Amino acid sequence: MKSTGKSVLISRDKKNIGPGFFQTTRWLIRKLPRLSSRISLYLILLVASAFYLTPIYVLLVTGIKSYAEASLDLMWQLPSAPSLESFRDAFKSLQPHFKNSLMLTVPAAILSTILGSVNGYILSKWRFRFSEIIFPLILFGMFIPYQSILIPLVQTLQSITNTALAMGYPRELLWLLPGYGSIAGLGFVHIVYGIPITTLIFRNYYAAVPGELVDAAKIDGAGLMGIYRWVLLPLSMPAFAVGLIWQFTSIWNEFLFAVILTQNPAVRPVTVALYNLAGSYIVEWNVQMAGALLAALPTLLVYIFLGRFFIRGLLAGSLKG
Amino acid sequence: MLRKINRDRFYSILLISPSIILIALFVYGFIAWSIWVSFSNWEGLRPDLTFRGVQNFVRLFSNPRFHIDIRNTIVFTVFFLTACIGLGLTLAVVIDQRIRGENFFRSLFLFPMAVSFIVTGVVWRWMLAPGDPATGRLTGVNILLDKINLPPLKWYTDPTVIHISANSQLGQLLDSVGLGFIANPLYGIPVAMISIVIAATWQMSGFVMAMYLAGLRGIPEELREAARVDGANEGQVYRHIVLPMLRPVTLSAVIILGHISLKIFDLVAAMSKRGPGFATDVPAYFMFETTFHANNFAQGAAISIFMLVTVSLLIIPYLIYSSRTDSEI
Repeated sequence: MKSTGKSVLISRDKKNIGPGFFQTTRWLIRKLPRLSSRISLYLILLVASAFYLTPIYVLLVTGIKSYAEASLDLMWQLPSAPSLESFRDAFKSLQPHFKNSLMLTVPAAILSTILGSVNGYILSKWRFRFSEIIFPLILFGMFIPYQSILIPLVQTLQSITNTALAMGYPRELLWLLPGYGSIAGLGFVHIVYGIPITTLIFRNYYAAVPGELVDAAKIDGAGLMGIYRWVLLPLSMPAFAVGLIWQFTSIWNEFLFAVILTQNPAVRPVTVALYNLAGSYIVEWNVQMAGALLAALPTLLVYIFLGRFFIRGLLAGSLKG
Repeated sequence: MLRKINRDRFYSILLISPSIILIALFVYGFIAWSIWVSFSNWEGLRPDLTFRGVQNFVRLFSNPRFHIDIRNTIVFTVFFLTACIGLGLTLAVVIDQRIRGENFFRSLFLFPMAVSFIVTGVVWRWMLAPGDPATGRLTGVNILLDKINLPPLKWYTDPTVIHISANSQLGQLLDSVGLGFIANPLYGIPVAMISIVIAATWQMSGFVMAMYLAGLRGIPEELREAARVDGANEGQVYRHIVLPMLRPVTLSAVIILGHISLKIFDLVAAMSKRGPGFATDVPAYFMFETTFHANNFAQGAAISIFMLVTVSLLIIPYLIYSSRTDSEI
């Protein structure tokens, strides 16, 4: 450490060269506070780690317990004979909902990121009258409590479905219609309410691209699409990673829209399925825990392998990205 | 060329207009629609948008459950913010001390953010399962408490509301200065809420740590070095240089966490729902039950508009502040 070297220097300047015994005590007196403060730093980290890891320990340990051993009284004990029974049972009941979550999350994340990129490009490089007012007005949409738009949302989606059916829309293609009670409808809602955050991510990202680059491209004859295609898009991969990962995680984990807009059990995403699993009195708690771990796994894996981008999305959400 | 730029300008607005229209409709249009519903007679499955007036709000504000919800929200917000900011700042400062395995610890403290509130709720519900006080059955965290000789807790099933008793000396003193109304459970702390705070802090404190860490990394090392040269010790460097420079981060954290706690829903729904005597009930859960279980849409809309107003009071000044500081760059 830098400062340690300095203190040695200072002590030499002051000619503190005495008998070895005094030197050692002096060294100890000087070093002890630092040493103990280092130890206490690691102690804090250790205690904090225990706090953050305990739920994971319980999830894992409970998940691999057999039904015979999964008792709330023995929560902290390791299983004597690990078994994957509970994971198997949890997976059996969650599996169709995993498929729903994937069909919902992947297209919605991709589409809302593309929209965000286009919006960010225009709001940062093609500022127009009122664009400075429109941007915060868009941003407001990500802070509102969604309860305050929920009733009109349900009504609108229901009337989309009813109108389409009345106009002869085939019933077997309802899952494709952005209406009420379909995966496409839920995805559509996530795309719309994802516009603010993805626009923010890309606007802030493109704002850092020098205007000279854009001007040079304009002089070279590039237009609206040319500048986007040849100047900004090649630079955008990190922003796309941030946007995609952020949207994937938040749509996968979302609950309110999902629970209101999917009355039909067949189209429920995994968060709602887990909520119902946990609310059921017949499902054992070890199966619930295994289910919770399974439901968390996709976003946890994304976090483990692409955490860097996730953190950037997180900080972008606090507006000071 | 000028014509081309003008044409491009037109197309640029055309390109962004779908998003603007969607936001205008799905955010602002729907808010207006919700406000309309909150002033309507709609009580039942069949929409009835005839005008009733402010009565839905009058009824809401005289509903004891709503009073409890406001108390719970305030208690949750205060404890949740204090815990998250205290823990987040501590961990950020510790990690900033050139710790071995810095990346590991940072990732570890932040991973709960990648997990759904529903998962968090399910896990903590079982960890904080109260067991059975009558038979002395110990479960979950209570087993650990018992190992260090602490009494078992009832966690989110605890109906206790810590409050000033009217018969106590303090209660009588308050009464004598006309503040006797404070000696009431409505001005108390519902113990069950603390369980929700623990789970929410587990999930969100890493986020605060990441914000502070980003803020700490933004402080130039020369500044700290200069203070050290002037004879400041590490504690003084933090008190006089680092912490004052982190104030904007604290402001952001208070606003982000604050608006989350005003909206909190998933975690409560997964962990305890209303709780004993509405001890863990929150406006979002009240709105959910009122609207989608009891089909009282007008009342539900009124709750949602109340939530929108409280969140807006926090967020609108922040957005104005952010866009001002943004445009200076």
